[in-house]
Amino acid sequence: MRNAHLVLEDGAVFTAVAVGAPGIAAGEACFTTSMAGYEESVTDPSYIAQVLVFSYPLIGNYAIDESRLEADTVQCEAVVMRRARPHFGKWLAEHGVVAIEEVDTRRLVRHIRDAGAPLRCALGEADVDTLLARALAEPPIDGRPLARHIGVDEPVFMGSGPRVALIDLGCKRSIPKRLAMAGVEVVVVPGDWSADAIMELKPSAVLVGNGPGDPAALTGAIATTRELLGRTPVFGICLGHQLLGLALGLETYKLPFGHRGANHPVKDIDRGRVLVTVQNHGYAVRAEGTDVRVTHVSLNDGTVEGIAGDGFASVQFHPEAAPGPLDALPFFDTIAERCRSAKI
Amino acid sequence: MPKREDLKSILIIGSGPIRIGQACEFDYSGAQACRVLRREGYRVILVNSNPATIMTDPEWADATYLEPLDVETLAEIIAKERPDAVLPTLGGQTALNLAMELHASGDLDRLGTELIGANVEAIRKAEDRELFRDIVIAAGLHVPTSAIVDSLHGIPDDFPIPAIVRPAFTLGGFGGGIAYTRAELETIVAHGLEASPVKQVLVERFLGGWQEHELEVMSDCAGNCVIVCSIENLDPMGVHTGDSWTVAPQQSLPDYEYQRLREAAFTTARAVGVVTGGANVQFGYDPATRDIVVIEMNPRVSRSSALASKATGFPIAKLAALLAVGYTLEELPNDITGKTTAAFEPALDYVAVKAPRFDFAKFPKTTPRLGSEMRAVGESLGLGRTFPEAFLKALEGRESVPATWDLERRGEPIPERWDYLLEAARQGLDLPGIHEYFADELKSIAAAEHELALSGDIPAAKRFGLPDRRVAEVLHITTDEVRARRPIPGRLAVDSCAAEFEAKTPYFYLSYEAEDDFEGAAKERILVLGSGPNRIGQGIEFDYCCVHAVQAFRELGYEAIMLNSNPETVSTDYDTSDRLYLEPVTLERVLDVCAIEQPKGVVVQLGGQTPLALAHGLAERGIPLLGNPLGAIDLAEDRGKFGTLVEQLGLKVPAWGIADGFDEAKAIADRIGYPVLVRPSFVIGGRGMRICQNEAELAVAMPGTGATCLIDQFLQNAIELDVDILCDGENAWVAGILEHVEPAGVHSGDSACVIPGPSITEAVELRVREMATALTRGLDARGLFNLQLALKDGELWVIEANPRASRTVPFIAKATGIPIIDLACRLMLGEKLEALDLPERAKPTRAWAKEAVFPAERFPEAADRSPEMKSTGEVMAGGDTVVEAYARALRAAGRSRHGGKLGPTLQEIAAAQH
Repeated sequence: MRNAHLVLEDGAVFTAVAVGAPGIAAGEACFTTSMAGYEESVTDPSYIAQVLVFSYPLIGNYAIDESRLEADTVQCEAVVMRRARPHFGKWLAEHGVVAIEEVDTRRLVRHIRDAGAPLRCALGEADVDTLLARALAEPPIDGRPLARHIGVDEPVFMGSGPRVALIDLGCKRSIPKRLAMAGVEVVVVPGDWSADAIMELKPSAVLVGNGPGDPAALTGAIATTRELLGRTPVFGICLGHQLLGLALGLETYKLPFGHRGANHPVKDIDRGRVLVTVQNHGYAVRAEGTDVRVTHVSLNDGTVEGIAGDGFASVQFHPEAAPGPLDALPFFDTIAERCRSAKI
Repeated sequence: MPKREDLKSILIIGSGPIRIGQACEFDYSGAQACRVLRREGYRVILVNSNPATIMTDPEWADATYLEPLDVETLAEIIAKERPDAVLPTLGGQTALNLAMELHASGDLDRLGTELIGANVEAIRKAEDRELFRDIVIAAGLHVPTSAIVDSLHGIPDDFPIPAIVRPAFTLGGFGGGIAYTRAELETIVAHGLEASPVKQVLVERFLGGWQEHELEVMSDCAGNCVIVCSIENLDPMGVHTGDSWTVAPQQSLPDYEYQRLREAAFTTARAVGVVTGGANVQFGYDPATRDIVVIEMNPRVSRSSALASKATGFPIAKLAALLAVGYTLEELPNDITGKTTAAFEPALDYVAVKAPRFDFAKFPKTTPRLGSEMRAVGESLGLGRTFPEAFLKALEGRESVPATWDLERRGEPIPERWDYLLEAARQGLDLPGIHEYFADELKSIAAAEHELALSGDIPAAKRFGLPDRRVAEVLHITTDEVRARRPIPGRLAVDSCAAEFEAKTPYFYLSYEAEDDFEGAAKERILVLGSGPNRIGQGIEFDYCCVHAVQAFRELGYEAIMLNSNPETVSTDYDTSDRLYLEPVTLERVLDVCAIEQPKGVVVQLGGQTPLALAHGLAERGIPLLGNPLGAIDLAEDRGKFGTLVEQLGLKVPAWGIADGFDEAKAIADRIGYPVLVRPSFVIGGRGMRICQNEAELAVAMPGTGATCLIDQFLQNAIELDVDILCDGENAWVAGILEHVEPAGVHSGDSACVIPGPSITEAVELRVREMATALTRGLDARGLFNLQLALKDGELWVIEANPRASRTVPFIAKATGIPIIDLACRLMLGEKLEALDLPERAKPTRAWAKEAVFPAERFPEAADRSPEMKSTGEVMAGGDTVVEAYARALRAAGRSRHGGKLGPTLQEIAAAQH
C-alpha cells in the first residue's frame, strides 16, 4: 500500500493511499459534486492549476471511454477520491497524474466550503512537512495568467453552415462538438489571435470558450473581446462569459469555493424556467448597479449566471454539459439562429 | 406562481390497508401532504380505512373519515364536504384508481370537484398500456416488442418467448408473470386478464440480461422538471423492482448514458402530461447495444418515491402536495440547506442500498421465485460511504437469514439470490447473471474479509464497511472485542448536496469518517428504536407507536431520537424526530448511536419484536432501558416462569408443556388432551403455529428434535380477547378490550375484532381489570403491555402477555380517542397512573370493528385463517352497533360493496366527547 497525504495551506492533513503516478502535485483545492462523468471532469482544462476532489465516494465505476475526453490528456493537477476502482487509478497513473484515495472527502469538502477563501494544497507520497511547504510554494491562481500553454495552435474547422469562430483559451472539446451539431461551421482559433485576425475569417458570430485561471489577468483576451463587440455577435461560456463581462466594463470576483457540479439550478429569467446546469467556475461576474441585463441567476446563491445585450449573450454555466444534464443545450441553437438571422 | 387561492378545501385519498406493493410508504406520503397543505391554510379532508396510519390521527386533518375506500363512499364524502379539489396522487394505486372511478361515475363533475396533482387524461395515458406505448413511441422513444391482449385468442401466434405479462391498472405487477413456454404464456395471460379491472394485459418481449433503472421525476406547473434520484436495480430485468435489491444513485452507467435516460424520463413525463408533482419512469437498458426502452411510468408518488426521499433527503411527497396547489419548484425552499430552493437535483456523497424482505416461509405452497409480480412485504435501506458498507447494512437490516444455502442457485431470481452471490464471492465462485460492477463489489467484500483475516486491522475493515458481527466471525473473536478495538463511527448528514452547503435537517447515518460539525444537544435525549422492515406480524402498527412516542417525548421536553432502517415509514421522515438515524436496528448500530447521543433512556417496547430482542444486549452493556422491561420480557417469554407466576396470581392458563421432538410432544398431548396448539419458542406472527386434533397431526406439526416447542391445551370455541393495558408497576388501566369475531385459534393479527365486545359483560370487564392489575404487579410492568385472553364458559384464561406495544394499539387509540402511546411514554419515564388524569374506565367512542386483509391473490393459501398470521394489513370502520361496524369493516376490506353508513369524522366524534 502506498501511503500518502494531502496537506492544505492552513495545515489541515488528510491521510490517503496513492493510486496514481508517483510524486507530489499541488494546486488550488476544489471539489465537484458530480456523481459520474469522471473522464470528462479530469480532462476539463478549466481544472488547470487545481486539485480536483470528487465528493461522490465511488469513482471509476465504469470503464473510461477515450472518445469522451475533453482534452488530449488529464488537465487537473491531481485527483482526490474516497474510493477508486483500480482501473481508474491506473489510467491516471498512465497519464502521469498524482491521485489518492481513502481520503475522508466529506471532511475535506466541508473544510474547503468553510474556509471562506480558496486553499492551496499539495498531495502525494511524502511527509506532511514537505507537502505543506509545497502547498505554500504554489502561487495562488488569483491575479496571474496561467503559465501552461493550452488550446489549439492553428485553426481547426468542424461542421458546416454559418461560420462561428470559437476562441480557445482551454476550451472543452464538447463545446465545438455541440456547437457544430447545432448546424454551424465552427472554427476553433488559438486564444491569442487578435480581433482583426478573427474577423478575417468572416464569422457570423464569435464564441469565447471556457478555460482556466483568473479572467481579470487575461488582459489580451479581454481586449480582443472588447474589439469584437459591435463587429460581430459575441457569445461566451464560463471563462468566455467572464471575459465578455470584463470587456463590457463589469468586474469579476473570486467565489469562496466556486460552483462545481452537475446539479446547479439556474433561473432563465426570460423564459421563466429553471435549468439544472453543469458548472465549473471559481469566479463570477458582478452586474449589480450596471445597465447590463442579467438573463440568468443562480438559485443557490443569486450570483450572475448569464448576461445579454445588443450583440452579445453569455452564460456562466456549461450548456455542453459533459458531464451532466443537457437542460441548457438550446444555448447553442441560440447561437446558430443568431448566425442565420445574420445581423449584429 | 404562488399557490392557488381559489381552492379552500382538499380531499386526500389514502391507500387503505397495507398490501403487498402498497405499504406504509403511503402513510408517509399522505401524512406529509396533510401537514404541508394544512400549514398552507387549506382545509384538509382525509379518507382512509387503515387505522394503523399516522395520517388518520385526528390532528393530521380537519376532517378524518375512517371509511371504506370505494367510489360510493367517496362520492358521499364529497357530497357532504364539498371539497374544491381531490388530490389522488399520494395514496398509491388505490387512490389513483378511485379517482378514475369517480371521474367515470360522473361524481367529480356532478359535485364540482376538480382533480389536482394529475388529471384524468394523464392517468389514463400512463396506466393504459396501449395508450402509453403509443405515446412513448410517438415521442421518439422505444418500448419492448409487445402486444395488447384482451382475450386468450389475442396473443399473436409468433410472439417471442420468453415473454412478460403485465395486466393494466393493477398493483405491484399483480396478475402478471414471465412465461418461458407458450403454454405458460396462455396460463399467465388468463390469470392477468382476470386480475385487470379493465380485462387487458400487455404481453411484452422479456428482456433477459438487460439492466433496469428507475428515475424519480418532479415537475411543476411552469414546466420545470428535475430528477430527484436515479435508482438502479441490482437484479437484472425480470424481477419486480419492489422485489429487487436496488442502489441509489445509479452506479454502473457512464454519465452520458445516464443523461440519455434523464432526457427520456422528461420526454415520457411530458408526453403523458404529468402536470405537477412526482412520477417515476422505469427503463430497460442493454449495456451491449446501448438500447433504452421505456418499461412503465407511475404518474404519482410511489414506493420508489419514498425510497428516493429517504435515500436523498428530498421530501418528494411534501413537495408533490405543494406543487399540486400551484407552487413552482423554485418557490419552495430546500429544507435541508434552508438557503437553496427545491429546484435542483440532489448530489449524494454516500450510497443507498435497499434490500427487499420476503415472507415466503409463511406460504409453503407458493414457490419462492421472483418475477414480475411483487412478493416482498418490506424493505430495509442501508446508507454508507462505500457500496459494501451500504449493501451490508441493508443485508443486516433485513433481519432475515436464508434457511438453506444452495449456491448452485445463485444465478436464479430467488429471494436468497444476493445472500448466495455474496457467499459465492467468498468462495471464489463465479457470479452469474449480474452486472460486472456489482460482481466486483461483492468480490471486494470477500477480499476485504480475507485482508482482515491476514492483517487483523479492525479499523480498516470497519471503514470498508464490514459489520461487527462479520469482523468477529472472521477473526474468531466476540463482537464486544471488535467494539473495544474500533473507533465509534461519525455521524454524517443526509444533506442532498454532498456537503456543499451546511445541512439544517437532523437526518444522519453512521460511517467511519470525521463527524459533521454539530451543535451539542441542549436537552436530555431519549432514543426510540423502530421495527425495521415490514413483515407479516410486524408492520405499520409499530411505526405508529414509535412516531407517537417521539412526539410524546418531544412534548415532554426531551429530544427524541429515532433509529430505524425502514425507508417506507413516517418514523424515518426527518420531520418526525429531533434526530433521525437511518441505520439497521441491530445491537451494533444501537450501541453506536447510544455512544454518540448518550441517551437518558432507550425505548425497546414500541417497535415490535425486533427492538425487544435487543433489550438484554443493551442492558448488559449498561444502556438504560425506559420502563424497566427486562423482567417482564423474561417472564413473558419464558413459559415456565410465566406459568408459575400466573398460577401464583391465581389466574388460569391452559395446560402446557415444553417438548423437544415428537415423543415428548406426544407425552404432553396425552397428558393435557387433544386438541393442542403447537408453537416454536420465540416467534412473531405465530410462525409455524399449528392446531393439532390428534397424534397424526401432531407428528406432522412437530419439527425434529433440537428446536423446542410449546404444547398448549387448545380451548375449542373459546372467545378470544385482546387487551391493551397501561401500567405503572403497581396499577393497571385497561385501555381497551377487543373481542375477536373468529373463535380462539385464529392468530390475533388475522382475526376480525369488535369493540365494545358483545361478550364483555360488566363482570367480565371487572375481572379483566383485576387480572391486568395482578399481572402488572407480577411482571413489574411499566408503560404498556398486551394481554391475550380466552373466554370460555364464563371463565377467563391467560393465553399470552406481551410486554410491548401490540398490533392493536392504534386501533384501540382510535376507537377510544385515548392517546395510549403518549400516556405509556409518561409511565415509562416513571410517572404514576393517577397522575395521568384518566377516566375511571375507557369507553369506545362508538361501535368499531377491524378486519384483516390477506395477500390471497399472491399466495393462494393466505386466506385460510389459522394460528399463523398471514394478513398484511387491516381496516377499521364504525357503526351505531357492533354488527353495523363489522359489516362496514367487511366492506372496507373489499369483501362487499354494501354495509353500514357514512359515520361522523374523528374530529366530530372528539368534539362530541367533550
